[in-house]
Amino acid sequence: MAGITLKGLQKSYGTAQVIKGVDIEIEDGEFVVFVGPSGCGKSTLLRMIAGLEDITAGDLSIGGRVVNDLSPKDRGVAMVFQSYAIFPHMSVRENVAFGLTIAGASKAEKAEKVAEAARILQMEHLLDRRPSQLSGGQRQRVAIGRAIVRNPQVFLFDEPLSNLDAALRMDMRLEIGKLHQQLGATMIYVTHDQVEAMTLADKIVVLKDGMVQQIGAPMELYHNPANLFVAGFLGSPAMNFLDVDVVAVNGSKVLVQNAVLKPVEITAKVGGFTQGGKAKLGLRPQYLSPVESGGMLYGRIALTERLGSETVVDLTLNDGNRLIAALARDAVFPIGADLGLTFDATQAHIFPL
Amino acid sequence: MAQISQDNRGLRLVVRYAVLCLIAAIFSFPLIFMIVSSLKPSSQLLADAHSFRALLPVGDISLQNYFDAFKRAPVALFIFNSVLVTGVTVVASLALCSAAAFAFTFVMWKGRDLALTVILATLIVPFETIAIPLLLEASKLPWIGAGGITWGWLNSYRVQIVPFIADGLTIYLFVQYFKDLPGELIEAARVEGASWFAIYRRVVMPLSGPVLATAAILKFLVMYNQYLWPIMVTQEEQYRPVMVGLQYFFQLNRAWGEIMAYLSLITVPVLAFYLYLQKAFIASIASTGVKG
Repeated sequence: MAGITLKGLQKSYGTAQVIKGVDIEIEDGEFVVFVGPSGCGKSTLLRMIAGLEDITAGDLSIGGRVVNDLSPKDRGVAMVFQSYAIFPHMSVRENVAFGLTIAGASKAEKAEKVAEAARILQMEHLLDRRPSQLSGGQRQRVAIGRAIVRNPQVFLFDEPLSNLDAALRMDMRLEIGKLHQQLGATMIYVTHDQVEAMTLADKIVVLKDGMVQQIGAPMELYHNPANLFVAGFLGSPAMNFLDVDVVAVNGSKVLVQNAVLKPVEITAKVGGFTQGGKAKLGLRPQYLSPVESGGMLYGRIALTERLGSETVVDLTLNDGNRLIAALARDAVFPIGADLGLTFDATQAHIFPL
Repeated sequence: MAQISQDNRGLRLVVRYAVLCLIAAIFSFPLIFMIVSSLKPSSQLLADAHSFRALLPVGDISLQNYFDAFKRAPVALFIFNSVLVTGVTVVASLALCSAAAFAFTFVMWKGRDLALTVILATLIVPFETIAIPLLLEASKLPWIGAGGITWGWLNSYRVQIVPFIADGLTIYLFVQYFKDLPGELIEAARVEGASWFAIYRRVVMPLSGPVLATAAILKFLVMYNQYLWPIMVTQEEQYRPVMVGLQYFFQLNRAWGEIMAYLSLITVPVLAFYLYLQKAFIASIASTGVKG
């Protein structure tokens, strides 16, 4: 088991800098998820930790040891790839035992560890099959099995579930979570799926353009996003942003309004507001509620999506902007009707422009 | 409408098979002529040559030409020499060229692309242009044998084997094939702790059946058909291969029946080897995009 420290990590391909100085502290046994849009550098960062990409600048330590120049095999990491990367010419048993075979383990030791991994992943009945005879989910199990038999200090997952269908993805997500509890190993998991990030992580690292946007526990990021990007990236449906005018600033209390919003005082979690300036007001769809009268925002219903557990309403505000509201449980709203909404100002976010 | 299109399809099939049969016939005529002629005495062979009887095993048929061929020349020795030289070269070439291609494809090192370019550039240099310098070089190379150090490689098996082990075409074939292997397989093996050699041996080579077959066939044909080089470097009968052996049948009284018998004997191994590897060969040619 080992903690990992990334200090000023950079990666360039020629003149193109893709990782621009990343600092992350990962505790021993922590489950950390790197999340961000395509091209944000999350997979590159993971591959740098694995040793599959050179580090241009900065220090990477695993278990207190700087490993910048060590080859992958000397870093004590195991990796699960998006394409599974299981060897097509070997049986499942040989695939799972591959790392042990390379390390020169005895037959008895291999048999024991493979059996243990197969038990944990419930794939005892698959051991003698060829990869071509397995489904996607089973192949992913084999890839995870190959990772766990070596007892690595660190597990690296590179979008392991993105090739699976939705139902299987949820099953495997739960299993990976269970696996982490069982093994207690440090795990780093890369995904662009925020549901995977929110459900699995002890700590989420949000990346954009090769830079860390925010690091924190899932709920901390959800409730206290450090900037507009993080606020808009986490949560589904995404947070609504309204352009507002700053009427008054009093410490962290910011009074804002716009053409369709009555003046409302928001407690800002970030600074940088000036009276008379512009700001973005962030409202999560889940924290909007319909009211008969005295609403803070009014709009016309353009579309509704009834999901059973909630109803997503797409409103066109009186100034022409869109607003999404996710209203509790199943509710029927006629399209074209006017709807008044209110929100809890303590759950609203504000960012200076 | 449906009836017409079905007829059309049937007709097209007939035409297609007719064309294929014609092409197959054109290619097999020389082979059939060779085998049939090897069974006839020289006088009848020449008499039949102007009619389609040349392609039919009719008349005075016997294996006499084969017995005479063995009497005239050390046929078994020539075949043994060719099989030995070809076999060792093919095996050594597959091992060396695949390892080189592995280094060119998967391992990052300074000057890699330049080195590969230089190797590929050798493809456009005809062997004839380097034959003389190579001969001079080979005649001065040292060798450590049972009798200590000797100088000059002429009149040996090694002089027929070593210069042909590494070649640009074989390396190129392997590089093309390796590039199509999923990179994540190699990365997974690296993370699992495999050394480069272990990746080569346990992951890459087991997945390289088709390209091994292609490279083996191409190398086999080149080596088995060697003529110019062996003539230059072997003055002693003991080391001569089959193609050089053909000379024995054109000296003194030329016996066409024996020539045909000898040719049949030395063609059969090539055909057998090709048929054995044919399926993998075609699969690999199709997948590497290299036209044969």
